[in-house]
Order: sequence, then structure tokens, then C-alpha cells
Amino acid sequence: MKEMKIAKNEVASFLDTLIREYKVFAPVKRDSSVVFQEIHSGSEALLDYTNSKKPPKELFSPQTERLFSYDLSQEGLGIEEPPLAEKQRIIFGIRPCDARGLVLLDNVFSGGVYKDVYYIDKRKKTLVIALGCNRPSSTCFCTSLGGGPFSQEGSDLLLIDIGQEYVVQVITDKGEELIKKRNEFKEAEEQSLSSMRKVTDTAEASIKSKVEVGKVKEKLDGMFDDPFWDLVHEKCLGCAVCTYLCPTCHCFDIVDEVIDQRGERIRTWDSCAFPIFTLEASGVNPRPSAKERVRQRIMHKFKYFVDNYGVAACVGCGRCIKECPVNLDIRAVLDSILNR
Amino acid sequence: MKNPYLPLAMRADKIVIETEDNNIKTFSLTFLNKEDETGFNYLPGQFAQLSILGKGEAPFGIASSPTQSGGLEFTVNKAGVVTTALHNLEEGGIIGIRGPLGNCFPLEAFEGKNIVIIGGGFAFTTLRSLINYILYEKNRSRFGKVIVIYGARSPGLLLYKNELEEWEGRPDLGLYLTVDKADEGWQGKVGVVPNIIKEVNPSPENTYAVACGPPIMIKFTLPVLRDLGFLPERILLSLEMRMKCGVGMCGRCNIGNKYVCKDGPIFTLAQLSELPSEY
Repeated sequence: MKEMKIAKNEVASFLDTLIREYKVFAPVKRDSSVVFQEIHSGSEALLDYTNSKKPPKELFSPQTERLFSYDLSQEGLGIEEPPLAEKQRIIFGIRPCDARGLVLLDNVFSGGVYKDVYYIDKRKKTLVIALGCNRPSSTCFCTSLGGGPFSQEGSDLLLIDIGQEYVVQVITDKGEELIKKRNEFKEAEEQSLSSMRKVTDTAEASIKSKVEVGKVKEKLDGMFDDPFWDLVHEKCLGCAVCTYLCPTCHCFDIVDEVIDQRGERIRTWDSCAFPIFTLEASGVNPRPSAKERVRQRIMHKFKYFVDNYGVAACVGCGRCIKECPVNLDIRAVLDSILNR
Repeated sequence: MKNPYLPLAMRADKIVIETEDNNIKTFSLTFLNKEDETGFNYLPGQFAQLSILGKGEAPFGIASSPTQSGGLEFTVNKAGVVTTALHNLEEGGIIGIRGPLGNCFPLEAFEGKNIVIIGGGFAFTTLRSLINYILYEKNRSRFGKVIVIYGARSPGLLLYKNELEEWEGRPDLGLYLTVDKADEGWQGKVGVVPNIIKEVNPSPENTYAVACGPPIMIKFTLPVLRDLGFLPERILLSLEMRMKCGVGMCGRCNIGNKYVCKDGPIFTLAQLSELPSEY
């Protein structure tokens, strides 16, 4: 399908029609930050924003999620499976880096022999409408990771802001199906396309951070025992904000919670930055200090994930740089690795 | 699509205290639903996640052999929350199970080969599964000579004492039991496992070695095997790491780019030498 366009002042009413059929998530302002949440009116969606503080991965891999519930007073295990998503869903306004993050998560949750039914259900039932980044932040380095401010990977439709209207790139059949009968969408003529090219060129050129990530993996292949790790972790507090806010970090814990006779087995985000993450009941901990834990995070993202799936587990969104309380900049870490 | 997080219900028909310190118990479990039993096809070396609902879940090697009919057996050392809950369970109690998980011993590669099985302490569980699998009438001729070297701190800490006695009487298995500290009436050897391996001096010719035990035993066993001439490709180890999901998603049991839960728990020494020593 050719590139389409939609006038900005028609987006809210387009979303209103979607809300009737779908559960629609969009960025909204809450307190001082931007979050993705369900909207009930098209006008709630925030169209002018940089990125959400938490990545929208939580719409697929929630911070806490019930795996099943049970009744201890019953015979047997008394397990009840949670209901799967009842409605088709749309994420509107996700940034291309975060949409790409979902593709990386797919490797973990649906790419192997075992299938994570909860994640897969949400993925299958969700259509992704991304919003290109006209003004990348100084912490953005998506282009170093194979993405870009207008990367299409992981999205069904991509909107690009050219002033009074959005150019709409139709990426998948699912995306085409959604807009083809809607008269808010018109074919984009050359004038809009040329404005789009100007916008995308300017945005791409504005990303000054570059890391040669391809070469990082080669270096890391032989760096497990390198003295580099003795120093790089020193300022890390082990707060785990970098992993919680990462659109590709997927580690979780599983715990039981019981009130009276009713219990739930839930999973919660967990982090390789925490000492008890790998602590065994025997007292043995294969990653006893921050050194091993920082090494694990870097190795997992830029070597192990590449070994297993052929791609680094990072989209260059820069959240871990922005939110790190001690300014441990992953770009600087990668640069130092390249200079070893 | 099968939900990998849902446990199946099993009943603990028999719970036996294995060791003199009362810290290790063997659970004989039967599936509540017959269909679950037919769907649970496992081989020696694999593990399962056992649940006590309300307390949590932990991984355990399967101690029974698929050649025995009926349910499954697990031998559990009391160490943390879940193992304590298991130990507090009474016969007839219900346990959740997910599995079988992980890989198994390379049984096809073992065919026609001699096997030296080396165990220490309560890590003997999946080795016992392997031994019973090999000794099973219909399987025995597929494998060569079997030597078992098994040690514990004291005679009272050895597992599966009835079976050990039975194996002792078999002409087709060489059993060497050893303890760090003997008591009155101890007939076996005294000394740590690596020293007993030296003494037994098994030939590496056409032979695989399988070792499970505490890290310290493994550390001193590997050089002994190497000096005897065992190649890293012919030495198998079963590893343990803290696990949650058991299916390669929760991210904590990796050693380098391998997950112990789904790529292991059985690795050859050759495979492990390619991985960082972070375990």
C-alpha cells in the first residue's frame, strides 16, 4: 500500500472510532512524566512528547502478572487459569525504538520450544501504531543498534509528523486493514512525501551518539576475564533502574501470594542487578558482587543475546542513561570496551 | 499452545527419610490424573519444578527412572522455603509439578560404551535414575561395564541404602562406596571421592564419565579424570543454578549464553570449557 496521510485534527476522532472496537493504549501525561495507559477518548492521547519514562513493554510483560490463582481449601491443586485478553488492542504512539524492543522480546517469549502464552496472547491481539521521532534526545542512539527514529520494525503503521498532518507508512496487512476503509486517510501526495523526507533526514542527522555495536560483540567474546570489569562497576549502586526501564530486559521472578485460602502465583520484573537474583538456597552465589552483575548485564545484551538470536538486546532508547542515578552511561561503557 | 507455567497435581504417596541427619527425604509421587502420567515422558538427567502452593516452586532432578512404572521420585535436601514446605508435607499431601525440563544424559552416545558414574552427597539423585535406567533388564545389554563411585561424609548420609545393597550383589556393576568418616561396621572405603577414583583407576578406553556432586568434589575430580586420560567430550557434568521459570525466559540460570534450565542441566566438560566459569 502506498503512503497515506491523516490530518492532525482528525487523529482524535480516528482514535474515538478505534476505542469503540479496541482497547486503545496511548501516551498520556501523569504527574510530571509520560506513561502508556488505556484511553477512553481520543483527545487524551498525547501526541507531542519525547518518550515515556517506562517503556510500553509492560503492556505485554507487565511489572506484575498473575500466572494462575488457586484455592487452598479445594481438593487437588484447585488451580484457575487467568482469562486471556478479552479484546483486541491497539497501542497508539509507541516510539519506533520501543516497537523494535517488542520484536527482540519475541525471541525470548515466543521464539523457542516453550511458549509464554500470556505474552503471546497480548502480542497477537495488539496492533502497533508507532509515531516517528522528529526530535530525538541527546541520549538516543537507536541508529547504532540497527533501528532509527523512523524504523518500521515491530510496527503495523508508522506515523510521521510533518506539521499539519501525519504521513502514514503502512507496514503490515494488519495495518492496512485497519485504515483502508477509513476516509480520514488519504493518499499522501508528493508534497507531503517531500516534507516527510526533510523531517526524517533532519531527525536522523540530529542523532550524534554513535557506537559501533557490531564490534562490541567481537571484543566481548574474549573479555569475560578482562580486568575491565574490576573497575567499570564501581559506581553502580545496584538499583536496577536500568533494567526495569529497559524495553528489552525481560527477567522475572515468580512468587506465591496467599490471603486466607486464596492464592496467586505471580511473576514480577526482576533484575540481574540484584544480589539475590542468583543466590541459591545453599548460600552459593555465582554472581556475588556488582562486578559480576554489571558484567552479566553488558554481556547479556551485547554478547549472549547476539550469540542466541543474532541481534543485540538494546534498542538505543537511552532510558538507562537518562535515569541512572550515578551517570553510568552505557554508551561510554561500550566505547571503553571498543578501546580495550 | 501448552502453558508452561501450570503445574500438574501429584500426590505424595510415600515420604521416606533418607539420611541420619533427617535432612533429606525421598518423595514417591503419583499423578492425580492418569492422562498427566502418560504425557510426562522423561529420561534420566532431566528435572522438574515442584510446587507447594502458597510457598513456591523449586527445581529438582528426577530421582526415579522412566523404566519403573507408576509415578516419580524426588529426593529433597531441606535448605530453603520450598524444600522446608516439602519436608513438612505429610503422606497424601498434594504437590504441583512442571516438567520434565532440561536435557537428559546422552543415552544414545552411551550405547556400547562403559560408564563411570561418580556421585557425591545428595547430588546422587539423577545418577540413581541413570543407574536404574541402565540396569533395567531390557536396557542392560545396550551398555558396557558400569562403575559407580559414590561418596558421602558419613555412612548415614548415603542415599538409597536398600538399592546400594542390591547393586553390591550385582555382577554387572562395580560399586565403590566411600565416606569421609567411617563408623563401626562400615565395610566400604574411607576417603574423598577423587582419591577413590584414582584407586579404582578406571580405563578411559571406550568409556564415558558422569559426575554429580558438590562443587569441591567436582573441582578435584576433573583433574583426576584428565590424568586418567578421559577426554573433555567424554566427561559429563550436571549443573545447578537458581531457577524460576525453568524454560529459558526468567533470565537467571545462564552461564554465558547457555541456560542451565533449557540447554542443560547436563553439559560435557568440553562444552563447559567454552563457557565462562560463572557457576
